Amino acid sequence: MTRKRFLGVGLQLTMLTGVVISLFPFYWTAVMATNTTRDMYTVPPKLSPGPELFENIGRLLTNIDFFGSMLNTVIVAVSVTALVLFFDSLAAFTFAKFDFPGRNVLFGLLMLTFMLPSQLALIPQFVIMVNLDWVGTLKALIVPAAANAFGIFWMRQYISGAVPDDLLAAARIDGCGFFRQYLYVALPVIRPGLAFLGITTFVGAWNDYVWPLIVMVDPSNLTLQVALSQLNTAHNTDYSMIMAGTLLAVLPLAVVFTLFARGFIRDAMKGALRG
Amino acid sequence: MVSATPVTPADAPSPAASGSHRARRGRKRGLWSFWPQYLAVSPYFLLFAVFMLFPILFSLYLAFQKWDGLGEMEFVGLRNFEFLLKDDLFWLSLKNTFLIWFMSTVPMLFLALVLANLLNSTVRFTGFYRIAYFVPNVTSVVAIAIFFGSVFSSTEAGLINVILGWLSSSPVPWLVNEWTIKIVIATLICWQWTGYNAIIYLAGLQAIPDELYEAAKIDGAGPLQTFFRVTIPQLRPVILFTVVISTINGMQTFTEPQVLFASNAANAANSGGPGSAGLTSILYFYREAFNYNDYGYGAAIAWALFLVILLFTVINWRLVQRRDRTAKGGS
Repeated sequence: MTRKRFLGVGLQLTMLTGVVISLFPFYWTAVMATNTTRDMYTVPPKLSPGPELFENIGRLLTNIDFFGSMLNTVIVAVSVTALVLFFDSLAAFTFAKFDFPGRNVLFGLLMLTFMLPSQLALIPQFVIMVNLDWVGTLKALIVPAAANAFGIFWMRQYISGAVPDDLLAAARIDGCGFFRQYLYVALPVIRPGLAFLGITTFVGAWNDYVWPLIVMVDPSNLTLQVALSQLNTAHNTDYSMIMAGTLLAVLPLAVVFTLFARGFIRDAMKGALRG
Repeated sequence: MVSATPVTPADAPSPAASGSHRARRGRKRGLWSFWPQYLAVSPYFLLFAVFMLFPILFSLYLAFQKWDGLGEMEFVGLRNFEFLLKDDLFWLSLKNTFLIWFMSTVPMLFLALVLANLLNSTVRFTGFYRIAYFVPNVTSVVAIAIFFGSVFSSTEAGLINVILGWLSSSPVPWLVNEWTIKIVIATLICWQWTGYNAIIYLAGLQAIPDELYEAAKIDGAGPLQTFFRVTIPQLRPVILFTVVISTINGMQTFTEPQVLFASNAANAANSGGPGSAGLTSILYFYREAFNYNDYGYGAAIAWALFLVILLFTVINWRLVQRRDRTAKGGS
């Protein structure tokens, strides 16, 4: 009995150590962002948050257009998420519930496109953007990302199970055409699936770096990640300012994620078992 | 907007049984009557054709050209690939990529397996633990790389060296030495992906039927025996999934070294730090293509890397297959 209890305490302590390692960078970023850089250099360094956050943010705002970059990132992440949710779920609904000539061939093709590494396409993609005159614009980030194979594949699995065929048949008898079946029968019951795909897409778009780094060439018009990276390059001795920027860039997503996390992690686990 | 023709859903439980019937009806209806379905699946295929298929074919063409993106293209035959075979920096970047992949994947998957088993045997605070372990995975790599850059900094502000100082150990030049550079990058990847993999393993663990454990118990198996004879074999498909995902991600490592060493004044931009010890293949590709505007050579690097990854995957897959066959033969 006591041995079991001892093991239980040991288990919780091990788990808590893991949590500390997992969350420490967030705490330490906050410590650095709320102290002066000189505080970092004192021996021993300050280990607790200080009062300098607004001072550091002030310096951040004079050095880069932080909120402009954040607005760009929000616009891109929201647009990409909305487009992906619509296009992917509509295509997935079609693949899951309708038979049409060439369906299996098209779906097989879609699965094949999964395996193509994206770096093969990067140079020509940039050339295309130059020719479209989209370099430096948000269009270059939004349009190519508006639909993806992963979302269609994942939603198809989800819709096969979530949308009852009887309900679709009943809707058809009532005279619902294809798009109305999607809108009034499928959409209301696939909301949980959309939530998972939405979070994945939003997080991916918010954190995307390689493509924005290549295509956002105007230093006054960047996304958050690119702006952050350039700030780090240009002012890498002013730790407290850089960390204030990092904190502001990471916090919104961490908060949003924590709010939706329960359902999200459950769906991620389900998805892994299917794959 | 709404189609007047009735559409046939795939509502039969067995598609094979009704397939021929539906196909016959489909042929009679004519392709045009399926326009809503084709319209619905078209956005992805259009985007794919324009932004993926065409670019990939174009990059194959580019690999045989010399082009800076502005002037005329010049056909150079296999010269890009000949140069690549003799390019020490390319081979170094491949070596770095594989080393960093190995140094991050092995501890990461091992820790994830341990963590998943711990998570599986806890009953309290499970929701909290899962969220806490998953959060690193949704955090941007740029932010984490900046954080690691400051913590492992060789200046007095670098936290790790400060702690080493307290332990009266001499400071380590983390971001200067060839091996510690790789250790820092591998640690960063581990920090970001261990929780993700643990959650995936946890899903696998929870899908193992209880009867198997009960049977093992009746047969008198100890905890270690149960782990290696029941848990690991049952987890095999999930472990394979995580190995595949880590391989794909590991071969694409770019942001970590790019952000960590972007500000290294002693080196050219995007050279992967001192001695190019953090120069991964994708970072090398990026530098050749977008810093030096050598599109032809960049495309050649991308294709060579693709072939290497393909070969690596096929070898891995063969190894797993063979082990599968011997395992089946043995039982």
